[in-house]
Amino acid sequence: MGAGHGHRLHFHGHSPIHRAAPHLKLLALLGLMLVVVATPGAWWPAFVVEVLVLVAVIGVSRVPVGYLAPRMVIELPFAAFALLLPFVADGPRIAVLGVEVSEPGLHAGLTLLAKGSIGVLASLTLAATTEPQDVLRGLDRLGMPDLIVSIMGFMIRYVDVVTGELSRMLVAMRSRGCDPRSPRHWPALARAMGALFIRSYERGERVHLAMLSRGYDGSLPR
Amino acid sequence: MTTTLGPVLDVRGLAFAYPDGHQALFGVDLHVHEGERVALLGPNGAGKTTLVLHLNGILAAGAGSVAVGGLAVEKGNLKEIRRRVGIVFQDPDDQLFLGTVRQDVAFGPANLGVKGAALEASVMAALDKVGMAEYADRPPHHLSFGQRRRVAVATVLAMEPEILVLDEPTSNLDPTSRRELADILRGLDVTVLMVTHDLPFALELCPRSVVLSDGVVVADGRTFDILTDAPLMAGHRLELPWGFDPRAIDNLPA
Repeated sequence: MGAGHGHRLHFHGHSPIHRAAPHLKLLALLGLMLVVVATPGAWWPAFVVEVLVLVAVIGVSRVPVGYLAPRMVIELPFAAFALLLPFVADGPRIAVLGVEVSEPGLHAGLTLLAKGSIGVLASLTLAATTEPQDVLRGLDRLGMPDLIVSIMGFMIRYVDVVTGELSRMLVAMRSRGCDPRSPRHWPALARAMGALFIRSYERGERVHLAMLSRGYDGSLPR
Repeated sequence: MTTTLGPVLDVRGLAFAYPDGHQALFGVDLHVHEGERVALLGPNGAGKTTLVLHLNGILAAGAGSVAVGGLAVEKGNLKEIRRRVGIVFQDPDDQLFLGTVRQDVAFGPANLGVKGAALEASVMAALDKVGMAEYADRPPHHLSFGQRRRVAVATVLAMEPEILVLDEPTSNLDPTSRRELADILRGLDVTVLMVTHDLPFALELCPRSVVLSDGVVVADGRTFDILTDAPLMAGHRLELPWGFDPRAIDNLPA
């Protein structure tokens, strides 16, 4: 198991945004998202203001756009759906660049795209300026139940371990002439997933044993 | 560390069968005295890990008894027993599960009720002992395997155990990390029981060895004598690495 240095979302920095208390950043993100979701579809100036606020925050945080932009690809499935809407929705048709599309569909699609993009960009900004541990601390401070915060902590800790295990299993499969991408080998892939589940489950048991050995009694110390 | 006249670790007639009926231990007797470093040797499947899990009450004896510093390993004593017995598991990823090295090392003492400045002091003291103090604020998964193994040792040292139990401490370590671990263990003022297949490592650190085979103790004596007893070694699937001859080493631990 190599030592991963994968800060996949966090961008190291010392800006005021980086230094701000994590629970305040979480509240700010939540507030912005509520406002964005509540903005009626036709109020384009409101969206412009929201984007400007977000861009200002990103500017202050000094996280390069080139860092955030490629990470926005996670939005693609939603974007594809938003682009599909004008073609599948009912209602009066209008012509855009010579193509007949549904007018309400076009509006809904654009609104969805705008709201989604603002949401994804805002979340990425939080992730880029706040270490995962600090996000957890912020959630804890905001009164998120202990159990949920612990589970999220374990997820952050072990996601690299489990994905590392999966990639080694896939390498081992490929080494024996199996191509996990080909549907012909999906049954083998499914069994590998099953094995990964069992292994992760057993690791969970071993982690629990190791915790008990150090006097764990059901609650994580603060 | 308490000064007891009796052994720190006293295992008598310990037998255990898993719920599926597989019997792993058939009457194990083992004594470890204060300040000793003892190696527990034996082939795969000999019951070494099963024995280790009895030492702090994770598994409960089917028959026989385990006592640590005179205190029986029983349900009512588990908290104190788990302070006295520090187990370092084989895979550091099982042991290090929190966001930073500091939190992980603090986990054990905090469970014992240590707080504030005293907690911070015991964390840093433990990290110092394994030479990892400067990594206190790093996430464990960003460390190398050897560093994680050392932090795993620190998580247990922070609880100031009376006996440190190491399960395969050298597995997956490169030779340098292995030597660094040996230096750390040699420098610790604590009783050690180490389960290992690494016979040169056992010879280097542990004057005494115990051989467990098929759930019983088949030999207990000087590590040098055991490693040079060819019939005993061959009879219990123990082999020295190619080219390694204990007789050729002239500075064995006393």
